[in-house]
Amino acid sequence: MDGLKYANSHEWVKHEGPVATIGITDHAQDHLGEVVFVELPEPGGSVSQGKGFGAVESVKATSDINSPISGEVVEVNSKLSETPGLINSSPYEDGWMIKVKPSSPSELESLMGPKEYTKFCEEEDASH
Amino acid sequence: MLIPQTKNIGLPLMNLMRFKGLPILQQLHIEEQLLRTSSENWCIVNDGTNDPTIVMGVSGKPAELLEIESVLDDQVPVIRRFTGGGTVIVDHGTVFVTFICNKEAVPNLQPYPRPIMSWSSSLYSKVFQGIGDFHLRENDYVFGNHKFGGNAQSITKNRWIHHTSFLWDFNVQNMSYLKHPKRAPAYR
Repeated sequence: MDGLKYANSHEWVKHEGPVATIGITDHAQDHLGEVVFVELPEPGGSVSQGKGFGAVESVKATSDINSPISGEVVEVNSKLSETPGLINSSPYEDGWMIKVKPSSPSELESLMGPKEYTKFCEEEDASH
Repeated sequence: MLIPQTKNIGLPLMNLMRFKGLPILQQLHIEEQLLRTSSENWCIVNDGTNDPTIVMGVSGKPAELLEIESVLDDQVPVIRRFTGGGTVIVDHGTVFVTFICNKEAVPNLQPYPRPIMSWSSSLYSKVFQGIGDFHLRENDYVFGNHKFGGNAQSITKNRWIHHTSFLWDFNVQNMSYLKHPKRAPAYR
């Protein structure tokens, strides 16, 4: 998707003004399978680039979700506790996970753009 | 210690830990610690645990999955583990087998739930060859259409764990502490 940046662990981030929204990509949700449970941090907590901030459960597995950027969690998608499947049906819109106030906006430059991410996914799938 | 040349053989080099009767809570602590802090591959085998214990998956809701009154009356311990999956009651008749691996340990294996489970089921197919009609059926390990073990996984950025509780033997009465889950595969 245009306007988004991507981590090599398959999370996306959309930076709009003072807030960045984070979720997992369509590639990730497709490989994970039906999401039945989501564990997210509380607002006020902090996230660090490349470190886990939560998890999803699918197909008997918990899979860590890693933050593409560092910052303070300002909002968490409360709809995901009742409807975790939004991550599958709408990974870039209704399935967003957390909103963060970035502490180091320059971290975004180290992430992939849409074309780079698409190529990354193709190479990853081809090599397995 | 990892020997770099083993990467080329195609099978992961694993450290093997064998226990007998290790309490399941202790086993789970060891597993989570190894998953999150070790950089080596591990296989853990625990032949039975001590007292009957209920082990729930990360998202399990006790009110939906347990006969709570009986569990409380009989003081059956209930543990929530860090992996997904359902609820099991384990005791001295359960055999636990766990694999903890780096993401690159198994060549061409994508670190997602279904590929990992497909890998583990192909390993167990060799283990159970000639013993019964073993296969992976709707994410369960079965002989024919009888589920004989519960399995679950956790996947971090660079590692994964797949662990199984095999019902070598079980006490039918203990099963009465558990309710049937709302969502269950049709074959059961």
